[in-house]
Amino acid sequence: MLVTLSFYLLAFVAISSALMVVMSRNPVHSVMFLIVTFFSAAGLFLLMGAEFLALLLVMVYVGAVAVLFLFVVMMLDVDFVELKQGFLQYLPFGFVLAVILLAEMVMVGAAYFFGESEKLAIYNDEKSNLERIGEVLYTDYAFFFEAAGLVLLIALIGAVVLTLRTREGVRKQDAHTQISRTRDEAIEMVDLPSGEGVG
Amino acid sequence: MFELIQFWSDLSPLAWFGWKLLQTLCFVLPLALLVAALVLADRKIWAAAQMRRGPNVVGAFGLLQTIADALKFFFKELIIPAGSDKFLFILAPVIALVMAFVAWAVIPVAEGWVLSDINIGVLYVLAISSLGVYGIIIGGWASNSKYPFMGALRSAAQMISYEVSIGFIILTVIMLTGTMNLTELVQAQEGGFWNWHMFYLNFSNPIHLLLFPVMFYMGVLFFISALAETNRPPFDLPEAESELVAGYQVEYSSTPFLMYFFAEYVNIMLLCAMMTILFLGGWYAPIDVGFQFLPPFFWFFAKCAFLFFLFAMVKAIVPRYRYDQLMRLGWKVFLPTALAAVMIVATFVTFFGNGAT
Repeated sequence: MLVTLSFYLLAFVAISSALMVVMSRNPVHSVMFLIVTFFSAAGLFLLMGAEFLALLLVMVYVGAVAVLFLFVVMMLDVDFVELKQGFLQYLPFGFVLAVILLAEMVMVGAAYFFGESEKLAIYNDEKSNLERIGEVLYTDYAFFFEAAGLVLLIALIGAVVLTLRTREGVRKQDAHTQISRTRDEAIEMVDLPSGEGVG
Repeated sequence: MFELIQFWSDLSPLAWFGWKLLQTLCFVLPLALLVAALVLADRKIWAAAQMRRGPNVVGAFGLLQTIADALKFFFKELIIPAGSDKFLFILAPVIALVMAFVAWAVIPVAEGWVLSDINIGVLYVLAISSLGVYGIIIGGWASNSKYPFMGALRSAAQMISYEVSIGFIILTVIMLTGTMNLTELVQAQEGGFWNWHMFYLNFSNPIHLLLFPVMFYMGVLFFISALAETNRPPFDLPEAESELVAGYQVEYSSTPFLMYFFAEYVNIMLLCAMMTILFLGGWYAPIDVGFQFLPPFFWFFAKCAFLFFLFAMVKAIVPRYRYDQLMRLGWKVFLPTALAAVMIVATFVTFFGNGAT
């Protein structure tokens, strides 16, 4: 009973906050609702018994990705008037996208209810789902796992290459030269004859 | 997880909630009292380091000073800036405080003294502590003012940077023990201080001595990253008073400010506890002879208190980092060395493996 109740609560919150992501006027509020959506999705994972996935979702999406979203959105200077002007122009395109998404959802639903579908294998042995995922990920899908890592690495390097610029003639701090300075090169002992100065 | 759901449906929901509420109170109330004691201890330690007396007027030796301060904050007027986003402005400190407390749900303070002994406790703590940054970012943005905003940006970048290296440091410990359950992590360090992960000196198996320098270094890195993660000096850039007045806290007054303050100290306690569990053998005595009359909780508390003393001493004696140096330290020193340590430990476990095999 409690599980069913939790499911409906989480599902309701997830869907309504997902709606609010699109509908709220303030982009920062949108990101906040997105975070609530992620959280409810993590709760749904937890109800399915996938506690590892749930925590991963919270850690990666809420803890890192959404923070970066928030970071960017906070610093944007959004002009709402300009946003509204483009609305009608993009309407046909958005409509096409919506129709495609709807068609896909209908087909998935139809396949689920009427087609013969592969049921997910449910393991009911001692192993936790952390070990299960690890086993599958590093044996059957090791190649795809590594490939995904490589794709991410390329994206990372790409981001660095796009934004890195070295400016000439800028004085930079070099910790090594600072630390390796010795007393001899830093201090010069001078005997000054009185009344004459250094000259 | 299935057992948990089974447990839910067995017990009547109301009784379950009542029982859990009672257990939670057993954690939250002592934590709240400890914050009061820690704030005082903090101030006394700085005072001693600077040859002052510290608070000594309210109560004997100033023992009631924190209580008096807390009462003062409660009764002050709550000022909400006119241009602020009022809902988020109030929500931010609440998020900070709740996230600070929620992480304690999986921290075992003695054998079996834990609210929820889940088998991915480490991940849970990492996930929750990565949420703590929201309290600060949202607070800084909602204030709609320049200094808080800059403080929030700084803090976001800083906490994310150091979380990455904390993740890798914890990974080395996980690989050595082969578990993510915090209780089992502590149990793997039973026997004496030479079994603790920070002092990995297992003479019965000499090859393990090779890991000692790596693990000791990991322990030191974890401590420094914990300083950065809790915005403590020398990494208190988000609230650097000489640059940003008070960073994200500038516009806060009264109870919301108190919440931020509370959350900061609960977070410090959390990281002290995590360091105790991961590197300093949790509730086990350093040498297991003659100390049986002391309860395990005593050792846990003593280790946490010692770490907190170190936190306070660092604040007293180390000057503040510059922001670019902070970033350089995080990304160019901590992250590569932690990654190298992960590779070394992984190699070691694979070839000489105990722990994860």
